[in-house]
Amino acid sequence: MEPAPRLVNWLLLAALVALAFIPQFADRYHIQLLTKIMTMAIFAMSLGLLVSGVGLVSLGHAAFFGLGAYLLALLSPAGEGAAVWWILPVVLAGTTAAAFLIGALAVRTSGVYFIMLTLAFGQMLFYLFHDSKFAGGSDGRFMNFRPVVTWMGDDLISLNDRPTLFYVTLVLMALSYLAIGVVMKAPFGRAVLGIRVNESRMRALGFNTYLYKLVAFALAGGMAGLAGFIYATQYRVVNPALFHWRESGLVLMMVILGGLRSRLGPLVGAFALVLLEEALQSLTDHWLMAMGIFVIAVVLLLPDGLTGLFRRKPKAAEAADA
Amino acid sequence: MDWLFFLIQVLNGVQYGLLLFLIASGLTLVFGILQVINLAHGSFYMVGAYLAFWLVSQTGNFAIAVVAGVPLAVLLGFLIERLMIRFLYERDHLTQVLLTYGLILIFNEAQRLLFGSDVHGVPTPALFTASIPLTDNLQYPVYRIVVSVICLVLVAIMALVIQKTRLGMYIRAGSTNREMVQLLGVDMSRLSTFVFAAGAGLAALAGIISAPLSSIYPGIGENILIVCFVIVVIGGIGSIKGAFIAALLVGLADTFGKVLVPEFASVAVYAVMAVILLWRPQGLFGRA
Repeated sequence: MEPAPRLVNWLLLAALVALAFIPQFADRYHIQLLTKIMTMAIFAMSLGLLVSGVGLVSLGHAAFFGLGAYLLALLSPAGEGAAVWWILPVVLAGTTAAAFLIGALAVRTSGVYFIMLTLAFGQMLFYLFHDSKFAGGSDGRFMNFRPVVTWMGDDLISLNDRPTLFYVTLVLMALSYLAIGVVMKAPFGRAVLGIRVNESRMRALGFNTYLYKLVAFALAGGMAGLAGFIYATQYRVVNPALFHWRESGLVLMMVILGGLRSRLGPLVGAFALVLLEEALQSLTDHWLMAMGIFVIAVVLLLPDGLTGLFRRKPKAAEAADA
Repeated sequence: MDWLFFLIQVLNGVQYGLLLFLIASGLTLVFGILQVINLAHGSFYMVGAYLAFWLVSQTGNFAIAVVAGVPLAVLLGFLIERLMIRFLYERDHLTQVLLTYGLILIFNEAQRLLFGSDVHGVPTPALFTASIPLTDNLQYPVYRIVVSVICLVLVAIMALVIQKTRLGMYIRAGSTNREMVQLLGVDMSRLSTFVFAAGAGLAALAGIISAPLSSIYPGIGENILIVCFVIVVIGGIGSIKGAFIAALLVGLADTFGKVLVPEFASVAVYAVMAVILLWRPQGLFGRA
């Protein structure tokens, strides 16, 4: 993962500002759609951290998204909204800890084993929540009240207000993007990149590569939990489908569609894929068929994703730094 | 739990495990020879199940479903290998995962277009509808035994082909070192197509013969695929012997999980996997 070029940063800032004006004129439906897209963008960025940062392809990342959403819904009191000050840290800590536990097993492996293991653990959580009575079984749970942001007894921000939730999500998305940048530039990120390129060399240099990969996996899990938290806040309903590996596949598709070689990739991919999904759904009932064909076409025709289309770097140089 | 009940559960577990092996063996061989991770393998199982439903409802004859269904699935596997999987040999796992993920979406939607979202059933073949009475109120259906026997015969044939024939020798060698076998003059391209198509046929056969035992519903292929992944991981990727032992282990774990801890039955299989991987991260018979 390389830093975005300067021009791209300015364009990104412009896009953010443009996004910030959208609630002024957009209708309810589109505000909601964009909030969902930005939530998915956070989710996709968390997976991007794993796939292009560490080189770990997880096919069970939806587990942590679903866990974040479920933790919020299950821990919220029935009669009032939970205070964000305690519920958010608890949800983040919970998903990070879950990712740490699953990662402790999964990260011991690599390559195909890792793909299959993450897939299996993701499905395990799916079945756990699907079959369990405490979480509402296959129907899931409805959350009576959204979490509240209070200060000295007064409501500071109301998450019930659609535009407000939109802005909160926008800020969280921007912060996530910046946070990943900071992490990848820090010594930790450098070491992790080194592991992606050549793990045995990093180990020979004295790095505990297992621990680095595990921490990255836990971080990515916690960030996916944040996305799940926002999702549950927006829709107030959670169900086992959130854990399903179809979600994991879809979010992996966002990362690839956007492009693995750019930090912006997952963001671009999330916007493109959700908008495409929306467009296909309005056209045909059998939109998944079109989606499948699209996925195959992207894989075969666009190996560098959408952001790769705007890359002018010659092939030879790419081969040199690969 | 009295011993008769225990015996029935063991029989069920073994029968389920053998069935799973038919599917998992294809998955593990495709990975061993083609180095391709095929998420769409479960779709062949689904194709088999729906072919059985369609052929039986058209002809009323289960034998026709088997005789016509398997070649159709082999043909489908042949086409998919030649038209798509072929391009994945040199690509990374990520690409393979996504392309075969796209294939699943297409297969599932095609199934919904053709058969709708209803749950279907296939009647047990007339020849095997009987049950063996064990006590006054316990009996064991003959068809389940027939399924186990069919699977065992196939396992024996596979073992014979892989261990004793020239073709099996190429397969074993190919999964160890593909380039070397190619250099020695074996047409790996044809061998790959053969293995993929055979795997598709086996998975479809599993789908066909298991159709009378359970209902047929959308997404049936995905559920079985995940279980087969667990088997392949436990057994060690590329190892047929590992897949066989792991399949029986998973079949028994699932069956007894349902009896002993019904609340967490679906988690039992994954718990087994977690324990084995803690002990051997590369699987029981995997090469590290």
